[in-house]
Amino acid sequence: MNPGRPGYVRRFSRTERAIHWVNALGFFLLLFTGLILYLPRLSAEFGRRPLIKDIHFWGGIGWVAALVLIAMLGDRHGVLRTAREIEVFEREDVNWLTRRKPREQGRFNAGQKLNAALNAAFMVLFLVSGLLLWAGEKDTRFRFVSTVLLHDALLYASLALLLGHLYLALIHPTTRHALRGMVRGDVREDWARQHHARWDTGD
Amino acid sequence: MDERPIGRGVFLATVAGGLSSLLWGKAAWSYVSNPISRAAQAIAPILPSQGWRIYTVGSSMPVFDPVTWRLKIGGLVDNPMELGYLELRALPQHSQVSVFHCVTGWTVDGVRWRGVRFKDLLAAAGPRPGAHALEFVSAEYPYVDYLTIEQAMLHDAMLAWEMDGKPLLQEHGAPVRVVIPEMYGYKNVKWVAEINLVPKPGIGYWEAGGYDNDAWVGRSNGYTS
Repeated sequence: MNPGRPGYVRRFSRTERAIHWVNALGFFLLLFTGLILYLPRLSAEFGRRPLIKDIHFWGGIGWVAALVLIAMLGDRHGVLRTAREIEVFEREDVNWLTRRKPREQGRFNAGQKLNAALNAAFMVLFLVSGLLLWAGEKDTRFRFVSTVLLHDALLYASLALLLGHLYLALIHPTTRHALRGMVRGDVREDWARQHHARWDTGD
Repeated sequence: MDERPIGRGVFLATVAGGLSSLLWGKAAWSYVSNPISRAAQAIAPILPSQGWRIYTVGSSMPVFDPVTWRLKIGGLVDNPMELGYLELRALPQHSQVSVFHCVTGWTVDGVRWRGVRFKDLLAAAGPRPGAHALEFVSAEYPYVDYLTIEQAMLHDAMLAWEMDGKPLLQEHGAPVRVVIPEMYGYKNVKWVAEINLVPKPGIGYWEAGGYDNDAWVGRSNGYTS
């Protein structure tokens, strides 16, 4: 790995960034095709429901498969390490959420950990409910009255997370520098020290 | 060090809660849906109105032209006929408020329909004694479905041209659709172009894929309550 630019520290590996952007791309493809299927006015506008449905279904399968492939073929151990980092909350993380001290944060703050955990859960639920919708159309054994509701509720919940995420990554002045980390991999050292004081950057 | 697997807990609890909602979601939703859908409509008119979803099977939705549109009534009748849109609307009219159930689980309450009962619609054509079912051919090829005459004569079955006080929108089957609240939506054929009297019900579009011919709400297609 290159030593990196002076004054900058490495935050995300290539694999992590690929996972993030493939995840974003897949999400928007499914959001777009899903809204056409979901909103009556858009359905009327676009027509071609069977085609849109195929794109939505196979796009969803491809989305999940691509993420699994990238994680397996890329820096697998790094991804697992990151997953563990996200899973575990330390005392400072709980304090960060409840606005107590000390609350110095590591590479991820508690909000980012929650966002990641919820998004991962939503993906599993989107996948299961989507597969049930698809299979239920062919076989009554897979049909539950609440499958559509679950799929819809996930849409609203993940839109709420997405809006918060976009605000913090693109607009909010003190946090939007994080976007650089997800695009180029590194962030300013002083920014890292200020927002992620307990993050061991390896320097 | 004080470490707690809260992230993992949030992930697992969300997955578990979501999966279990397959069993309780609909009941919970019917409890809270009224205030929510009222609020949702107030803030965003683009949201699916009262929970309608538009299911179609063709590559485009049929376009209604009031000048050229005709409803054909044929098959086992004494007088095969074609009705124009205004002729159809001159028939005896009825209004009703009923619930619309989709077999995939969503439901729309309190839909206001206006249209003609099948008894009045078919009177002039004169069904012959051998006719025991109606074949509804949709302008959306290849959608077709059937009702027995008995089912079509249910007190709240109709061929509707108005929904919630307005002419049927394109996505709801303009200009006319079947309304039979006792049965799931796939029996409520949209964009009806042709009604044929036939000796017995055939196999409809979704029925060919394994759905029940008699789509009674709550007691068909694997549902029991």
